[in-house]
Amino acid sequence: MIPAQFDYERPASLAEACQALAEDDEAKVLAGGQSLLPLLRLRLAYPTKLVDVGRLDELKGVHDRGDHVFIGAMATHDEVLRAPAVASGCPLVAMATAHVADPAIRHRGTFGGSLAHADPAGDLPAVVLALDGVLVARSAQGEREIPAADFFVDYLESSLAQGEILAGVRIPKPGEGWGFHYEKFHRTAQAWAIVGVAAAVRRSNGAITEARLGLTNMGATPLRAHATEAALRGVELGDAVRQACEQAADGTSPPSDLHAQPDYRRHLARVLTHRAVRTAAGSP
Amino acid sequence: MPRITVTVDGVTYEEDVEPRVLLVHLLRERLGKTGTPVGCDTSNCGACTVLLDGKSVKSCSVLAVQADGCDVVTIEGLGTSGSMHPMQQAFHEEHALQCGYCTPGMVMAAIDLLRENPDPSEETIRQGLEGNLCRCTGYCNIVRAVRRGAQEMGQAVTRS
Ligand SMILES: Cc1cc2nc3c(=O)[nH]c(=O)nc-3n(C[C@H](O)[C@H](O)[C@H](O)COP(=O)(O)OP(=O)(O)OC[C@H]3O[C@@H](n4cnc5c(N)ncnc54)[C@H](O)[C@@H]3O)c2cc1C
Ligand code: FES
Ligand code: FES
Repeated sequence: MIPAQFDYERPASLAEACQALAEDDEAKVLAGGQSLLPLLRLRLAYPTKLVDVGRLDELKGVHDRGDHVFIGAMATHDEVLRAPAVASGCPLVAMATAHVADPAIRHRGTFGGSLAHADPAGDLPAVVLALDGVLVARSAQGEREIPAADFFVDYLESSLAQGEILAGVRIPKPGEGWGFHYEKFHRTAQAWAIVGVAAAVRRSNGAITEARLGLTNMGATPLRAHATEAALRGVELGDAVRQACEQAADGTSPPSDLHAQPDYRRHLARVLTHRAVRTAAGSP
Repeated sequence: MPRITVTVDGVTYEEDVEPRVLLVHLLRERLGKTGTPVGCDTSNCGACTVLLDGKSVKSCSVLAVQADGCDVVTIEGLGTSGSMHPMQQAFHEEHALQCGYCTPGMVMAAIDLLRENPDPSEETIRQGLEGNLCRCTGYCNIVRAVRRGAQEMGQAVTRS
């Protein structure tokens, strides 16, 4: 379908973009358009104005900043996949990004757009949550830092206010001994996750000392598997890991849709968490 | 109405477009480039794939205004009638199409894939074409065609 009418602005700076958004309550940010344009074509959204931030240099690039990697909101999935700073400083982001959609969509879709869209079925929100990323938002009032745990509020709803633009995300670099894995279960190659698990696991002398686990599509927002994280602490690799992963679906409220019912998603969460933790811990 | 400048298959156009016009509609309805079809409403099928500044995109999922100042290559920019691009020729020879609806997108996605990987394995081709759906041929002949097209293109480069 052809989208309904809207106005279009392509501001030359982030400050102008914040202004353009602040002027109109029904205006929306346009990044890569890979989630927004399908919504407009299906006439599921009716913004009055799109503010195109896709060409703003201030929002682009991936930067190695010593103790963290800063990923600009407008870095495309394709750029993230190629960035040496991501490969070395936050490999879990690259692992999950490789599973996002298909090459053509990865050429346009952006890291920031995927997070701002706040789709719990998206692969990147759970990763940023697991890695304790910090989202940096800009508005006419200045800059605001939002820990990932406070960013995802509800289904397709982030804590960004109207007039706020996500500028980028700080991902802390891991210390010694960490391993990573993203496990995605889906029916066809380019499809969204039925369930996904992002795992960061730290090992020392054959035992797990810390685990951070993000769940994709197990509720209205991405979630941490807190019970399993706690149960994994100090556990030797082996059957105890499997037992800890039995709690992966605790506290979740997975959706029911044409791909899966909640009980099946809970089952997947347990199985996939076990796979992800084992692989991240280096014993697949 | 915004005015945009866009180069399509080597010709530069200046057009006044409503912001809601999709790139694929600009191509088909304004510029007459009906070689690029629309196959779905959900950005899934890839039939509309073109190269935007050298990279594959789904032209149903890009606004014409977003292509302002950019270079677009469509299936119509690849060969001329009577002298097909080696990838088109390979699709023809390997029977990689039946109805042909997915073919323009398949060929453009295949060319994008070879940009980085001139001699892709079967696995790489299958991954690289994950965003392009074919409803009739089945993928075996398409994968074979891309292998063959890659070889022909490699030879074309060596010869030139
Ligand atoms: C067929 C298909 C399959 C897909 N499969 C997957 C998949 O498997 N996994 C996955 O994770 N994703 C998938 N995606 C989505 C893809 O990752 C998109 O790139 C992403 O969700 C949105 O990024 P974008 O830059 O295109 O954002 P846009 O579509 O431009 O914007 C999305 C939303 O975020 C807002 N927004 C964007 N940027 C900002 C910003 N900087 N500040 C404030 N608000 C902002 C917009 O206003 C809009 O509401 C798929 C998409 C398609 C079409
Ligand atoms: S028409 Fe563009 S992806 Fe289907
Ligand atoms: S040949 Fe008919 S859709 Fe591919």
